[in-house]
Amino acid sequence: MKDNISSSPILNIVSRILFAPIIIFGLYVQFHGDYGPGGGFQAGVIIAAAFILYSMIFGIKKGETLVPVKINQYLMCFGVLLYAGVGIVSIFLNGNYLDYNVLASDRSSGQHIGIILVELGVGITVATVMIALYHSFASFRIKDD
Amino acid sequence: MNFLIINFFLISILLLTTFYIFKTTSLISIVALTGIFTLVCAAIYVNLDAVDVAFTEAAVGSGISTILMVMAVAKLPEGKKNQLLNLFPSIVLSVSIVIVLMLIIANLPLLGDPNAPIHLHVTPEYIKESKSIFHIPNVVTNILASYRGFDTLGETIVIFTAGLGVIVLLTSNTLNRKTKFKKKVKKNEG
Repeated sequence: MKDNISSSPILNIVSRILFAPIIIFGLYVQFHGDYGPGGGFQAGVIIAAAFILYSMIFGIKKGETLVPVKINQYLMCFGVLLYAGVGIVSIFLNGNYLDYNVLASDRSSGQHIGIILVELGVGITVATVMIALYHSFASFRIKDD
Repeated sequence: MNFLIINFFLISILLLTTFYIFKTTSLISIVALTGIFTLVCAAIYVNLDAVDVAFTEAAVGSGISTILMVMAVAKLPEGKKNQLLNLFPSIVLSVSIVIVLMLIIANLPLLGDPNAPIHLHVTPEYIKESKSIFHIPNVVTNILASYRGFDTLGETIVIFTAGLGVIVLLTSNTLNRKTKFKKKVKKNEG
């Protein structure tokens, strides 16, 4: 596969048009997961799909300037730490680990806050892991020696 | 009745796709056909009212994993792209798996049976109390993030570890370091 296939004007323009709506749909799935189907896993994959489309069309170099490898790896860790951190915070508020009831004054809003934070952590981790997978697959070269 | 007709239609597409996966020899078309297979699976889940599972299947199964497989096939050396393998062991393996699955299916409760064990354990409790406690209408999200928060944390860590593994294995930095290390060893020996 060639690294850069942006010479085709159709692919170029269609991917430019689709990039923003895919991310908005991903955010919708992320934050509407409480009310409809969806959640962190699906939203993460959808958001990653937008960035993967970008680096597929405009080449891996441009994709890596859009999402730098270092920042991507930090975000990967941040997602897991956000999830685990919610559990630690609930321990400090005299609850059990990952017990969201104590996060706010009443039970249901505590659950709301906890679920949104946890799903956000899952979404960030899944999206960045998928982008990292694609980038390391795409920039991998088999050396002949 | 509609349910049955749609299910029959989808499953015949599945069988047809499987037949073509079996017949095709080029790896890239097998990847494309596998994408179709998982997409039809997602449609079957929608037909069974499991919208969340269908969503995940469509996004992960036919979306991302197809792209990653295409990338992997594109990275293969030219000669290995259309290599024919010895099919006999895989045929024996898949036929024996099908026989075992058929034997198990005979013992499963019927689809939608209200007395099936899975509908009697904790599920009624979840469905009954989750909306009044959490004020969140999607029971699946409640179970995933709150009742089974530990499991989801484990899943996230699994994905994180998989990503780390691929980065460590495939990133060019590590490859360079390895070759440098080999050169050093050679220098010391020589």
